[in-house]
Amino acid sequence: MSFNFQPLGDSALRIQVGDRIDPSVHQRVRVLCRQLENAKIPGVVEWIPTYCAVTVMYHPHQIGYQTLCRYVKELREEPVEDAASTVEVIHLPVIYGGDWGPDLISVAELNGLSMEEVIRIHSEKPYLVYMMGFVPGFPYLGGMSPKIAASRLAEPRPRIPAGSVGIAGIQTGVYPLETPGGWRLIGHTPVPLYDPDRERPILLEAGQYVKFDPVDEEGYRFVCEQVKNGSYQTKKSVCLQEEVES
Amino acid sequence: MKGSIEVLKPGLMTTVQDLGRFGYQGYGMPVAGAMDSLALQIGNLLVGNARHEAALEITMAGPRLRFQSDTVIAITGAHLNPTVDGNPVTCWKSMRIQQGQVLDFGQPVEGLRAYVAIAGGIAVQPVMGSKSTYLKARVGGFHGRPLKRGDCLPIGTPRRSLDDLSGRWLSREECPRYPRQKKVRVVLGPQEDAFTEEGLRTFLTEVYEVTPQSDRMGYRLRGPKIQHRESADIISDAVAPGAVQVPADGQPIILMADRQTVGGYTVIGTVISVDLPWVAQAAPGTRLLFEAVSVDQAQALAVEREKLLRQLELAGA
Repeated sequence: MSFNFQPLGDSALRIQVGDRIDPSVHQRVRVLCRQLENAKIPGVVEWIPTYCAVTVMYHPHQIGYQTLCRYVKELREEPVEDAASTVEVIHLPVIYGGDWGPDLISVAELNGLSMEEVIRIHSEKPYLVYMMGFVPGFPYLGGMSPKIAASRLAEPRPRIPAGSVGIAGIQTGVYPLETPGGWRLIGHTPVPLYDPDRERPILLEAGQYVKFDPVDEEGYRFVCEQVKNGSYQTKKSVCLQEEVES
Repeated sequence: MKGSIEVLKPGLMTTVQDLGRFGYQGYGMPVAGAMDSLALQIGNLLVGNARHEAALEITMAGPRLRFQSDTVIAITGAHLNPTVDGNPVTCWKSMRIQQGQVLDFGQPVEGLRAYVAIAGGIAVQPVMGSKSTYLKARVGGFHGRPLKRGDCLPIGTPRRSLDDLSGRWLSREECPRYPRQKKVRVVLGPQEDAFTEEGLRTFLTEVYEVTPQSDRMGYRLRGPKIQHRESADIISDAVAPGAVQVPADGQPIILMADRQTVGGYTVIGTVISVDLPWVAQAAPGTRLLFEAVSVDQAQALAVEREKLLRQLELAGA
């Protein structure tokens, strides 16, 4: 694996492993994160995986830039277990359309599809979480079908409820917090992606896959109730890598 | 004995901040924390707290606070004309406060953000390992929001007797100053190649002014347009504190404490860590002149800064 090192000021090191949004580049990002996790380099505070790089935050009084680069270069020599041939899929129940997804109609119209077809295509296969950011718990998902792509709204909404599922261009995502935003909203999930009081405040992490499971109003209310009384268990499944990439 | 502080008037924006929330940036959680981490740490050391303890961050127009118990406080950072029961208070110095006394602030003299450190710290529950308020997600600090009139803020137990803690000060020459024009040092990159030679020269030779569209998330600057070669957009990537983003309009933005963890604009350079506290104190209208330094130079300065804080820590122990 070849790395390209760049300083981000005096307290962060950017390690670039690729130059495009691609599952194979993402795989390298995952491997590097695992190596960093195992290496426990003194002075390193944390790291941020993104599409093409891993950025390491560190204390310059504990470790210098050049020393840190050397440490990371040596990581390559360590044997790394093979890339997992199975992946973890987190299932999010989604109610599509209506008040929960007021832009489902326009997404269908823009693509010359029925609303049912948009739902089917959107919920067909799992999406890779390339990285997290924008706001706490927001997953940057990859792999949406261009058949249901739709431009952002000309006028962003001042408030989008947490849990809204949206489309912007060929991206799809879920708003973890109530924020303003210009994505076209096609549905809503009652499962909180971000809850600061939960033991694991953020539900998703880079490297997982997300699958949207359509539910009807009854199913939606059932999940809402479970989330409210704390009995909801996130549905997870394990998939073969080939299955999700095909 | 534990005490509390009553908020008689909240001021423009008063929040609870420590050194920030680390370990969750990979999940998209911003660091937040004190904008001027140097003033926060010195304030804490003056009242015998750990350097990372939470204090009140005050912005421009200060609050009016009544102390419900005897304590020791220190005010650091911006000079916002603090008074206790109407009598002027010396900044960068710890002082005894009697139960019932009222701390107030007047017209700002220098700087933008002051810190009130209280012996024992602020006894709010840490969220994800930090007491810092992150406003956008309404998390941490005091109920995830700026202080309001009528709030009663719990304070912790001092590490030593109050008599031991009062009357500590920072020598005059060690106190940071906040002039209205200053050189800000940056390490160039990672996208310096996205700019024309002319663009880079503009960035490093022209003066940029802090605009009123500046907050805890970022400082928008105004000045001669910094020219890109082609695109101002990149594949979203991680950003560091002090990153200087340049969107297509060529006007730089310095990313501060509440910055998002990732961004999609070209970053021309990153402000070095010892200069960032000063940027945090720059009010709208302040003029910045950027200067490029090497990462080694920046780190040597960061090590010096850490030594100074260690010395203060030992002197107060």
